[in-house]
Amino acid sequence: MNFVIPSFAPAIPEITLLILASLILVADTFWSKRFQNATYYATQASLLVAGYLVLSSFSVEQVFTFNDSFVRDSFADVLKLFTVAITLGIFLFAREYLVQHRFMSGEFFVLGLFGVLGMFVMISANNFITMYLGLEIMSLAMYAMIALRKYDGVAVEAGMKYFVLGALATGMLLYGFSMIYGATGTITFPEMKAVIASGEADGIVLAFGVVFVVIGLAFKMGAVPFHMWMPDVYHGSPTAVTLYLGTAPKLAGFAMVYRLLYEAMPGLVGDWQQLIIIISILSMVIGSIVAIAQDNLKRMLAYSGIGHVGFLLLGVIAATDDGFSAAMFFIIVYAITGVAGFGMITALSRTGFEFDRVADFKGLNAKNPWLALMMLIVMFSMAGIPPFVGFWAKIVVIEEVVKAGFTWIAVIAVITAVISAFYYLRVVKSMYFDKSEIQGPVEIISPALHWGVSFVAILLLALGLLPGSLIDLCYLSI
Amino acid sequence: MSFEQFIFYVLAAIAIISGLMMITVKNPVKAALWLVLAFISTAGLWIMAQAEFLGLVLILVYVGAVMVLFLFVVMMLDINMAILKEGFTRYLPIGALAAIAIFALMYMVVGPEHFGLDKIAAPAAKPADYSNTTEIAIPLYTEHAYAFILAAVLLLVGIVAAIALTLRRRPSGTVLYQNIEKQNRTEKSERLEMVKMDAVVEQPAAEDKEEEKK
Repeated sequence: MNFVIPSFAPAIPEITLLILASLILVADTFWSKRFQNATYYATQASLLVAGYLVLSSFSVEQVFTFNDSFVRDSFADVLKLFTVAITLGIFLFAREYLVQHRFMSGEFFVLGLFGVLGMFVMISANNFITMYLGLEIMSLAMYAMIALRKYDGVAVEAGMKYFVLGALATGMLLYGFSMIYGATGTITFPEMKAVIASGEADGIVLAFGVVFVVIGLAFKMGAVPFHMWMPDVYHGSPTAVTLYLGTAPKLAGFAMVYRLLYEAMPGLVGDWQQLIIIISILSMVIGSIVAIAQDNLKRMLAYSGIGHVGFLLLGVIAATDDGFSAAMFFIIVYAITGVAGFGMITALSRTGFEFDRVADFKGLNAKNPWLALMMLIVMFSMAGIPPFVGFWAKIVVIEEVVKAGFTWIAVIAVITAVISAFYYLRVVKSMYFDKSEIQGPVEIISPALHWGVSFVAILLLALGLLPGSLIDLCYLSI
Repeated sequence: MSFEQFIFYVLAAIAIISGLMMITVKNPVKAALWLVLAFISTAGLWIMAQAEFLGLVLILVYVGAVMVLFLFVVMMLDINMAILKEGFTRYLPIGALAAIAIFALMYMVVGPEHFGLDKIAAPAAKPADYSNTTEIAIPLYTEHAYAFILAAVLLLVGIVAAIALTLRRRPSGTVLYQNIEKQNRTEKSERLEMVKMDAVVEQPAAEDKEEEKK
């Protein structure tokens, strides 16, 4: 038996994050009685440390370790950095919400931190087992976070729905994994790519496995026709948790799509491209049309999220390096916009008042013009109206899909983007032209959140005016 | 048909029948027991595939620990099966349709056509002193150490999640604790309060008077 101890250096951010999260888990039991915010600050500090470690050891070439079960490349590093940055924002917004709604607990932050660890593992996964374990760590943390408000029936129901459907999706994914393993005889992605390219593996078994893998991925990303959980879960969860669900895990989900479909099975493009085309078109259409009927903003943003997944998959359909780079840019922008959108609802909600209906935003301009302006930026960016960054995000993926020769899909995408603009603009209309139904002022409770909301919204504008560097970063990292 | 094949088909039939019984039987305790039978027959199948260690672990962990715990839970909770089974007949046709469709697909793919002995050669017979346990243990703690630790993290998150969801702390003030020292040090002035009151003369009730007359 000759076993060489693998290099730990590439995984230092993950190792540190795990140690810090475990320490906080124990320390929280002592802290929580005396210092309410200690866990929060410790969590933010751990995220900063993890982010610093990723940044300081940024790698431009692929490094494999742990017997090829872990990969570190610039794609992973960029996504990890954005995951950390977005989670920092999420926790900033979430804390005030938890205090306002009286379920401030250390578990929220600890589970959130473990969820980030799961995302890191997924982003860096290089074989089926680590991919699956990362996904489960992330999902398990999220199931618990949704149901953390134990006495809220809607939240518990949302958690239960997500858990059962998530378990079903994982089952599908694992079945697909086992089929592909049966056909190729390997679980490591680069080896799998080589075996598939050599043509030795049985094509029918592979195609059968790919179908299940794509179903599992679509479930996890919330793409039609596996989207049924999204509106209920987004609506039922406490807004702080919706903020978490709707943003950072999308980056990890995209990493999963990239690693599985493009790094491991590029040889099966013919099999998965057809499936992704169907899923993408259905997501864009259903996401844009059904959202019109929603009067709850969280539900509306859930359908908008389904539509956005459809757009994301346009880059996947292209199935080129550039296509995935465009999709990566799209998903990063979507995550930032999500923080701004859900963060706005989180920041505005108060004790006993969720502030999550579209009607609650009526007449916001008269009450608080600055906030109305910020919300306008968020909605315009989601709708893809220039000069906001959402416009660039949509244009790069559409450009890639046209380059790949699917002009008809691009036409559908543009039509659905126009339809979806209707419901984003409806929010803007009710803010500026309707009369408020709320007595008293509408204000964000803590000044830090006021700055937070303003910062993210202005970031959307700034990135929209100067999108070049972020687009270049994404194109260079794949 | 060789003796091995005969055993295989017997175990497989038991596994399928007990699986079907498990989802159709009304009583949850019986369902759990059918599941135990399904596990045992599956363990037999694994042992036939020369995975003795995994087969035994399946019996020890699933049958011995998980299912016993599960039976405890089922017996303690008073589950109303009539409500649980409510939608069963209504969703049966569509469920059966989906199951048959997936089964047909699987039958076409997972068969001798794609996984036959001419495609994947039968593994060579192992010597008598071949240890399954070492063969699993060595890669588990070396090659797959990363995955092994991640699985541990997954269990940790599971524990945290389960405790966070089930621990119900009562808000402070509603739980009363006994502080014996404090009780012993109590003075009369802390417990007894003298209140001045006007003397109240009780009026006998009207009914009492009537009873007296009788």
